[in-house]
Amino acid sequence: MAKPASSNTRAVTANRLRDGAVVFRTVTGGWSSRIADAETASSETDAARLLAQAERDAATAVVVGPYLIDVAEIGGELRPTSLRERIRAYGPTTPMAGVEAVPYL
Amino acid sequence: MYQYDHFDQEFVDQRVTQFRDQVRRRLTGELSEDEFKPLRLTNGLYLQLHAYMLRVAIPYGTLSAVQMRMLAHIARRYDRGYGHFTTRQNIQFNWIRLEDAPDALADLASVQMHALQTSGNVIRNTTADQWAGVALDEIEDPRIWCEIIRQWSSLHPEFSFLPRKFKIAVTGSPNDRAAVRVHDIGLRMHKNAAGEIGFEVIVGGGLGRTPLIGKTIAPFLPKQHLLSYLEAIMRVYNQAGRRDNIYKARIKILVHEIGVEEMRRRVELEWEGLRDGRLQLDASVVADIEQRFARPVYEKLPADSAEVALLRFKDKAFGRWMRANVVPHLQPGYAIVNISLKPEGEPPGDASAAQMDAIADLADAHSLGEIRVTHAQNLVLPHVKITDLPAIFARLQHIGLAADNIGQVGDIIACPGLDFCALANARSIPVAQRISRHFADAKLGAEIGDLQIKISGCINACGHHHVGHIGILGVDKHGEEFYQITLGGSAENAASIGTIVGPAVAYEDVVGAVDNIVRTYLDTRNADERFLDTVRRVGISPFKERLYAAA
Ligand code: SF4
Repeated sequence: MAKPASSNTRAVTANRLRDGAVVFRTVTGGWSSRIADAETASSETDAARLLAQAERDAATAVVVGPYLIDVAEIGGELRPTSLRERIRAYGPTTPMAGVEAVPYL
Repeated sequence: MYQYDHFDQEFVDQRVTQFRDQVRRRLTGELSEDEFKPLRLTNGLYLQLHAYMLRVAIPYGTLSAVQMRMLAHIARRYDRGYGHFTTRQNIQFNWIRLEDAPDALADLASVQMHALQTSGNVIRNTTADQWAGVALDEIEDPRIWCEIIRQWSSLHPEFSFLPRKFKIAVTGSPNDRAAVRVHDIGLRMHKNAAGEIGFEVIVGGGLGRTPLIGKTIAPFLPKQHLLSYLEAIMRVYNQAGRRDNIYKARIKILVHEIGVEEMRRRVELEWEGLRDGRLQLDASVVADIEQRFARPVYEKLPADSAEVALLRFKDKAFGRWMRANVVPHLQPGYAIVNISLKPEGEPPGDASAAQMDAIADLADAHSLGEIRVTHAQNLVLPHVKITDLPAIFARLQHIGLAADNIGQVGDIIACPGLDFCALANARSIPVAQRISRHFADAKLGAEIGDLQIKISGCINACGHHHVGHIGILGVDKHGEEFYQITLGGSAENAASIGTIVGPAVAYEDVVGAVDNIVRTYLDTRNADERFLDTVRRVGISPFKERLYAAA
C-alpha cells in the first residue's frame, strides 16, 4: 500500500451540489464521476487555471468545495495518489450491504 | 414511550418547511455554500467524502417499532439500503442527496423524529443508559431527566452559540452504562443518607485531542434544582469558555485551566441568582413527564422457565447467546435482549433496511413495540418474556444478527473513519472487521471474556478509543495509515484514559498487535480476572515488552 512517488500531475475534484457525489472536472469543462474523464494539469499555471474554472462552478451552485489533488498514471489508468482521494474516487473499502466494494489500492 | 405534544410536532414540522425552502434556494444558487452550511448543519446534514450524511437524533436511545420501520424506509428510499448506528445513540445515513433531504426529514417528522441537536455548537442530544426503565440495578429512569433537559435546551436562545458542542449524559444506575465521566456534563443519580434521590453532577469530561475524566462539581444536587444548576454551569462556560481555538473551546479545558474548585465557586455564584427562580422544577411538571415514561403493563409471570433453562443446556449456540446477550430485567419473567450489531467480520453498528424492519417486527411481537440504541452501537429489545427468547434467537439467526459477543472482543466500537468521514486520518471499519474476523476464527471470544476494543479514525475520538480497554487511533504518517494503541481505558464507574503502549503500528500489523496483547493477557491473568483488571494490576510494561519484542 505504499504511496506512489509524488507526481506533479493534478486534477480538480469536488462534490456535486445536488447529491454530494464525488466529481472531477473534465476536459470539456463539465464534471464527471469517473476520474478517467478528468482534465489534468502538469504545471502550476495550468493547475491554477483549472482550479479557477472549477471555482466558477462552485459560485454557480454546480459543485461544492473544489480543490486540486495529485494524480498519477498507474497501470495505464489515472489514479489519485493519496488513500483519501482513492477512497473518494472509488468508494468505501469495506464490503457493505448495498454498496459494491471497489478495488482501489 | 414519550409522545410528542402539540408544540413538539408543530415545531418539527415547521423546521422541515423552512429547510425545504433553504435547500431550494441553495440548489438555485440563491444561497452560497457559506450561507447554507450552518443551515444544513442545524438540520443534521453534513457533507462527507462521498455524499451528504444525515444524522438522525434518537433521543436517549429510545425508538418505537414504527420509528425503526421509518429508519428502514429512509435507508431504502433515500440511501443505499442501510444505516449506521453511532456512539451517541443516533443513526447516520451515509448516502443522502441534498435534493432528497427535505423529503427524508418530512418522512421522519411524520413519526416524531428529526435531526435537530445532532450538529453544531449547541447542547446535543442527551444520552442515557440503554437499559433505562428496565435495569435491575436502576434507582430511577434517567430518560425522564433527559427529556426535561431536552425541553429546556432545545433552541435555548442563550445557548444556541456555545463555544463548542456540548454533550450531556445521564445514568440512573449505580453501574454507569452511559459513560457519564467522559461527557461535558455527566449526571449520576443516587440516594443520599436520607434516602432522597438526587444527582452527582460531573463536569469537564471528554475525549478528543485532550482526553479528560470529568470532576464532581456537586456531589448531591436535589432533583428540583437540576435545570437551574445546569443553566448556571452553561452560563459560566458560555462566558468563560474559549472561542479562539476550537481545540480549547470545550468546557473540559476551562475546568482543567481554572480547576474544579474555582469552577464550583463560579457556578455556585451564578446559581444563587437562579436556584429559586423560574427554572425550579415544579413537582407537577416532573410528574407529567414521568408519566410519559411510565412502566408498561407487564404480565404476571413466573420468574423462570424450565423449558428455556433446558434449551439453554441442550442448544449450545442458544446457551452462548443467552450468556452473552441476555440480561436480567426488573420484572420477574422478563429479560433484556441485547442485539449485537457486530456480526463476525461486518462493519460495527450497521444495519440493513431488511434487518431494521425485522427488528421492528420482533419489537412489536415480543418487546411491547420498543427498541433501544446503545452507545456501543448495538440494539436492545427491552421488554422480552423469557419464554419468547428461543423464538427471538431463531429469528435473529435468520437475519444474521445473532452474534453472541456483547461486551466481548468482537463487540468493537468503530467510527466511520476514512471510508466515509471527511475528517479522518485512517480507516476504522476495516480494522474492526479484521480484528473481529481474526478472533471469531480463533473462537476465543468467550474465553477472553470482557474486552472492549474501540477504534477512532482521528483524534476527534468518535470511536471513544481513549476509554477502550484496547484503544486504537488512526494516524497519518507521511500519507500512510498507522494506528496508535492504548491500553487500560474505561468509561465505566472507575473511568480511566488508556495509556499509549508504544510506537504506532502499520495497518497490516494491527490484528497481529491486538492478538499479541490478548495473548499476553491470557498468559498473565489471574483466574477470572478481566482484561482491564489485569492491565491495571500489572501495568502496560509486560504488554509493551512482548508486543515490541515480536516486532
Ligand atoms: S473520530 Fe475522526 S474519523 Fe472518526 S468519525 Fe470522528 S471525526 Fe471522523
